[in-house]
Amino acid sequence: MKAVSVVRGKAVPMDRSNVDTDQIIPAKHLKRIERTGYGEFAFEAWRQDPTFILNQSQHADATIMLTRENFGSGSSREHAVWALDGLGIEALIGAGFADIFKNNCFQGGMLTIDLPSEDVDYLIALVTEKPDTIIEAHLGDQTVSVVGGTWHRTFQIDPFRKYRLMRGLDDISMTLEYQPDITSHESGRPDWMPATG
Amino acid sequence: MSGRTLFDKIWDDHVVHSPLQDTARVAALAEGGLADHNQLLGERQEMLYIDLHLIHEVTSPQAFEGLRQANRSVRRPDLTLATVDHNVPTIDRDLPNPDPLSATQIEVLRQNANEFGVTLFDIFDARQGIVHIIGPEQGFTQPGMTIVCGDSHTSTHGAFGSLAFGIGTSEVEHVMATQTLRQSKPKTMSVEVTGELGLGVTAKDVILAIIHEIGVHGGIGHVIEYRGQVIEDLSMEGRMTICNMSIEAGARAGLVAPDEKTFAYMKGRPHVPKGNDWDSALEHWRELPTDHDAVFDRRVVIGGSTIVPYVTWGTNPAQSVSVDGRVPDPADAPEEQREAIERALIYMNLEPGTPMRSISIDRVFIGSCTNGRIEDLRAAASVAEGKKVARGVTAMVVPGSGLVKMQAEEEGLAEVFTAAGFEWRDAGCSMCLGMNPDILAPGERSASTSNRNFEGRQGPGGRTHLVSPEMAAAAAIAGHFTDLREVMA
Repeated sequence: MKAVSVVRGKAVPMDRSNVDTDQIIPAKHLKRIERTGYGEFAFEAWRQDPTFILNQSQHADATIMLTRENFGSGSSREHAVWALDGLGIEALIGAGFADIFKNNCFQGGMLTIDLPSEDVDYLIALVTEKPDTIIEAHLGDQTVSVVGGTWHRTFQIDPFRKYRLMRGLDDISMTLEYQPDITSHESGRPDWMPATG
Repeated sequence: MSGRTLFDKIWDDHVVHSPLQDTARVAALAEGGLADHNQLLGERQEMLYIDLHLIHEVTSPQAFEGLRQANRSVRRPDLTLATVDHNVPTIDRDLPNPDPLSATQIEVLRQNANEFGVTLFDIFDARQGIVHIIGPEQGFTQPGMTIVCGDSHTSTHGAFGSLAFGIGTSEVEHVMATQTLRQSKPKTMSVEVTGELGLGVTAKDVILAIIHEIGVHGGIGHVIEYRGQVIEDLSMEGRMTICNMSIEAGARAGLVAPDEKTFAYMKGRPHVPKGNDWDSALEHWRELPTDHDAVFDRRVVIGGSTIVPYVTWGTNPAQSVSVDGRVPDPADAPEEQREAIERALIYMNLEPGTPMRSISIDRVFIGSCTNGRIEDLRAAASVAEGKKVARGVTAMVVPGSGLVKMQAEEEGLAEVFTAAGFEWRDAGCSMCLGMNPDILAPGERSASTSNRNFEGRQGPGGRTHLVSPEMAAAAAIAGHFTDLREVMA
């Protein structure tokens, strides 16, 4: 996983609640066996509409997406994170994310930042009016700010997740250091629990 | 100290490692330049042991590839079960798969299962089927277990009192390699459905009512335990339907306390304990239900008698109304919801005030992990028996597993469906998610027993209305939504 410390760039406002992962990447594009190549199909149906925000040239090079409540709801497909990554998005700043999607974002090195709705309202209004606004998310300091402005907020993040993200650490190798604990748990499982093979 | 909930008991039984409970110390470590990760592990994220890992063709290939690249193995292939469901054709399985990408994905699972020693219920195995149907069917799903799968509807298994939830592909790889997951402990929510259900009201209507009540994000960060007389009175199939759609309320998982009905349903299935083991297991399972003095973080109570047969009108599962109701008017809604309702009505091509019963449909889909079990097919067949699918409507029944299909054929249900003009298919996810050729054409409208009415879910431009199996069958016959209570009266 790539390490994340600072994401700095323009932002695109995805001004809709409950954006589900079927919209982010439709099921018909889940047939591939790779982790890459999903960006061109991201928001495929909505992109048919010329007025859709991702079709607006002023937001074309955004690296941050501003989102509303319950972003990433529905299917557990991690392809949704891969599709956003394929669009060039490195961080999501929003008013709440669906649980599985948020877990998937951390696994893929996509920074998700939860802010109160009124802060998201402010940022969406700001970048809509001034698309060239540069926003900076600083993971180490746990801050989001508008570059060249006074607006500045702190955000919460699980310390372990922060540690991992900043170092780009592989979750699995860290867990494997706990093999004795895992083996110990296994030795205490009842014999009658089901086995598949 | 107060008692524990069912969820707390399962969670506590599965914590492999939780080194730091001292939150102040974790905060200090995080602030002061991030000390060694061994010191930081824990606090909010605990390492949980996973008793059963279900995998399928769509969310596993990248995980297996990750294992290969790191030269890792599957730690417990004997606690892992694979099947093909999302992407498989439901007709002409003896012919070559017309979609080369689908064929490759299915073949890759076959190779991976073989290479890593994982049991696979392959396409011609009678036990093949939707992953959340086959776990309970085979008796792999048991109370008190932790069960995960790279699929959000894993919550289905919670009907047996097992903690079951969906994960992404990276987590699939993590479970394969370690048989554990790092998870933040969710909060608990009690959803109590009191009293009794009226005539023609099904488990599907109960969960649609719950989602309507708490909203599509009302359950975020929570595990829901469904309780109350209505839940106790439901069959295991009905409880599975309810737990299945927990994710549609945003919940991490859904649970129902195991009881005598649960044990009766399980007894004799291939992978449940036998003899003395059954008695030992039973003793353990009977200790699982929530203690009387346990405290939930949140409580919701819904009167069973207020629940009616629902039809969704919009593009998320909370946007539903009684079948004898009307399409809502955005003008009547709170201002912050107006735009979303307007957008949903445009997508669904519906006018405010339209009676739901006057809405004509093009397609009917009966199946999915929500409503693809034998009881669902019996219910739909009881409505379709002796009737004909309306002209202009294409209706299909897709059993949840090969064994459900066989049983339905033995019971004569398949004959009822085909005589009425329904297509009778092989088992799989099919039109629930629109991955295989079973999709809606743009603009087509379906009555569907599945779980999501998202835009394009059943095919680009398709319009989905979620209903119970009985309501779907009734709509197929009438050609439009029909109040089941009138059909039954």
